[in-house]
Amino acid sequence: MTSLGTPVLEVADLRVEFRTDEGRVPAVRGVSFQLHRGEVLGIVGESGSGKSVTSLAMMGLLAGSARVSGSVRLRGTELLGASDKALSRVRGQSIAMIFQDPMTSLNPVYPIGYQVAEAIRAHHDISRDAARTQALQLLDAVSIPNPAQRVDNYPHELSGGMRQRVVIAIAMANGPEVIIADEPTTALDVTVQAQILDALRSAKERTGATMLLITHDLGVIAGQADRVLVMYAGRVVEAGTVEEIFYTPRMPYTLGLLGSQPRLDMRRQRLHPISGAPPSALNLPSGCPFAPRCPLAAPVCEAEEPPLTGAGGHLSACHFSDQLVGLEPGDLFRPVSQDSEL
Amino acid sequence: MPDQDLRVAQRSQTQLVARRFRRHRLAMISLVVLLALVLLAFVGGWLWKYSVADLTPDESVPPSWDHPFGTDAAGHDTFAQVLRGTQISIGIAVLGALVATVVGTVWGATAGYYGGRLDTAMMRIADLVLTLPFLAVAAVLGHNLGGSWWLIAAVIAGLYWAYVARVARGVVLSLREKEFVEAAKAIGAGDARIIFRHLVPNALGSIIVNATVLVAIAILLETALSYLGFGVRPPDTSLGLLVSDAQTAVDTRPWLFFFPGVFIIVIALTINFIGDGLRDALDPQQTRMRR
Amino acid sequence: MLAYAVRRMLVSVPILVIATFVVFVMVSLSGDPLSELKTRNPPPPPHTLQLEAHRLHLDEPLLARYWHWITGVFHGDFGPSVQSTQVIGPELAHRFLVTFRLIGVAMLLALALAVLVGVVSAVKQYSATDYTFTFFGFLFLAMPSFWFAILLKEAGISFNDTVGNQVLFTIGDSSVYVEGGTWASITDVLGHMILPTISLALLSFAAWSRFQRASMLEVLNTDYVRLARAKGLRRGTVMTRHALRTALIPLVTVTALDLGAIISGAIVTENVYQWRGAGSFLLESIRHDDAYAVAGWLLIAATFIIVFNLAADLLYAVLDPRIRYA
Repeated sequence: MTSLGTPVLEVADLRVEFRTDEGRVPAVRGVSFQLHRGEVLGIVGESGSGKSVTSLAMMGLLAGSARVSGSVRLRGTELLGASDKALSRVRGQSIAMIFQDPMTSLNPVYPIGYQVAEAIRAHHDISRDAARTQALQLLDAVSIPNPAQRVDNYPHELSGGMRQRVVIAIAMANGPEVIIADEPTTALDVTVQAQILDALRSAKERTGATMLLITHDLGVIAGQADRVLVMYAGRVVEAGTVEEIFYTPRMPYTLGLLGSQPRLDMRRQRLHPISGAPPSALNLPSGCPFAPRCPLAAPVCEAEEPPLTGAGGHLSACHFSDQLVGLEPGDLFRPVSQDSEL
Repeated sequence: MPDQDLRVAQRSQTQLVARRFRRHRLAMISLVVLLALVLLAFVGGWLWKYSVADLTPDESVPPSWDHPFGTDAAGHDTFAQVLRGTQISIGIAVLGALVATVVGTVWGATAGYYGGRLDTAMMRIADLVLTLPFLAVAAVLGHNLGGSWWLIAAVIAGLYWAYVARVARGVVLSLREKEFVEAAKAIGAGDARIIFRHLVPNALGSIIVNATVLVAIAILLETALSYLGFGVRPPDTSLGLLVSDAQTAVDTRPWLFFFPGVFIIVIALTINFIGDGLRDALDPQQTRMRR
Repeated sequence: MLAYAVRRMLVSVPILVIATFVVFVMVSLSGDPLSELKTRNPPPPPHTLQLEAHRLHLDEPLLARYWHWITGVFHGDFGPSVQSTQVIGPELAHRFLVTFRLIGVAMLLALALAVLVGVVSAVKQYSATDYTFTFFGFLFLAMPSFWFAILLKEAGISFNDTVGNQVLFTIGDSSVYVEGGTWASITDVLGHMILPTISLALLSFAAWSRFQRASMLEVLNTDYVRLARAKGLRRGTVMTRHALRTALIPLVTVTALDLGAIISGAIVTENVYQWRGAGSFLLESIRHDDAYAVAGWLLIAATFIIVFNLAADLLYAVLDPRIRYA
């Protein structure tokens, strides 16, 4: 699965800290991964696990109170610490981004066609008319019906799904090498989600881009991604191919995530959710941050945080990775009460 | 047992707000300064050796141990006058803001809760009041009603209630559709009960913040009114009147002008900071986003 | 939109009638317009008093007086003034022109400063600049307008003393007699305007800059500003084209809502600088228990406020495509 050769995007030991009234909040604590040409890398985790902050940090879009360290290389060029001018050339041109909520990611006071054309004109010195023509083609490419009429509509005149198509059109505009999609379907109706995932896939195919798909929805990951990173408390706790993550998870947290997800392909299945809530980034436990919720937790887990290790491409951060082989979620986590049974 | 849980939750909510407020350093300092000032005016003014009306043999003397704020041309002790003026100005502003808040809240909550024609009619009346240049109308009313302090408070309340009504209506409109109101309706609670037991308590945060800011605004309106000669009248005095009397003496006897002026500023400033601290404490989302 | 505007204006008519009626009654009940005449020494003959009472329609009931006045207004007649040498209509027009000159320039100044300071504060949130602006914002919010105006007036006088020439005028809206042509008159008026304009502008500036800061901060945190950056637009472009453009919209409403407060501020400012504008007209009229004059004043001020608010609402609809009036 993991193709060799130079990666398109290489993130190494990325760390993000926010300074707040309450002190320093480590939001991302050493994330590393590589994106190879044409692949889709999924990042899963609960809210607050640092997924979105990771993507914003890569784009250099975090505000001043954030301290970012580590390395983000696009085809060997370091992006962290680059000037705003240099980053502006990368953003939208080489790396494009899709945000979670289409209701808020378009400016309410400009027509959608203008907002797509703006993305083109940010990187190409072409006339307004030419940009508009291209914008029309892009709107057509993301299957917006009647683009010639829609082009002058304002965002509030479009449904959420249509708006997310516009955002995808903006992301496609300059044929980027990498598209970062941050929870692209979370805010949408279930029926629309599939359409948007389709639009995303065709956008990826048309541009040949590599995709970073951030979501908390394992279903989306299973259908779209080639490789998966599981994040917890600002760290990658497991990494591997989709098959490895879904069939042979090596980290109790991953197993718990799988147990929390209802599956349509199984009759009479019970959910086995993880109890408790993720720790606050303000006061992380000293050892493994998952230990307080982990059924396997032992004294060693509270003493030291396990490193991310493993053979081949399948890595995990757990002192007891080996014990997980062959276990089902139900073997570790307690099922929910009877009436939630599907 | 569940009852106890509820009480614990409620107390910790209040405690949370109190703790957030205490962490707001500027608001805490302001609270201390304002309390000290109020104490000085109401207790100190009573204890101080001179009263407002006393004519001392010292005429137009600058600040000294005997007259900390100096005296005016007639020999009045300015310290005594400023303390009396502070009592009157704070009294007017607090009473005015309080009445405006109560009337405005009931008005706005009723309009917002019932909606429809009643809402339209009630808010049109409030809009009518808001259309007026307040100082002009206050001058007319002040001229008509005379200079007693509680009537001036009534004038202030008579204008500012409309402003409170707008805010209260806005909050109630947003709360009206919330689940707990639906739930209250579902168990058959009456309208009055829903308004005063469910809507108003939940809107209380915004209303308190508003009332605080209103006190500062009312102080400024009262002083402006008295400055123009339509507010508090001699022999009684207010901070605005003191500034008015001293406006030709800025150069020659600056103490007459600066002390009452600085008192107004300190009162309004501290109240605004307290309001700001309350807002942050009650609505932490606004400040949390420190990205 | 035109239909909407017309409807709004029509709805305002009863508001104007009620407001002027209340004020008319309040002033009429507050004192005897003839008291000044009666206390004259030697006392005027009863016939004179009778004539004067008749001239002011005092021999008619209150409601009839108001009816006379309000119907007269539609013919351009603002009723008889207690000050017999004064014709209310033309005098009001002249006085309001003077005041609108002050208000207009002060508002423009306040808006320009408020937007600048608000945006800089928001973009540099929690910086030393932000804290400084915030401090002065709060200070001006807490400062009584007349106190600041008096202080500024004194500063103007000492400035003139230092320069040794009267550059800044501190009394009146213009000189009674100006030597030289039009240009001299204009500089004379400007010289009179500087200090009052600053006095009046700083009050609104304080509130508006705080508002603009909050509005800008809110917009800076939106996804669409983040997406605009993610498109590859430069920081400055995003700040002006996306953030500022959207963050300015709410200021339109706030400006309109504050107009009443600004007129109140102008009354005080005129009093400090002894302008013969609408403010002094109002105060004189109240002191004379001149109900026709006060009602006329309020009619014009309130109409101005209503029209200004309507214009602001229409402008809002132009600026924000989500709002449509039908």
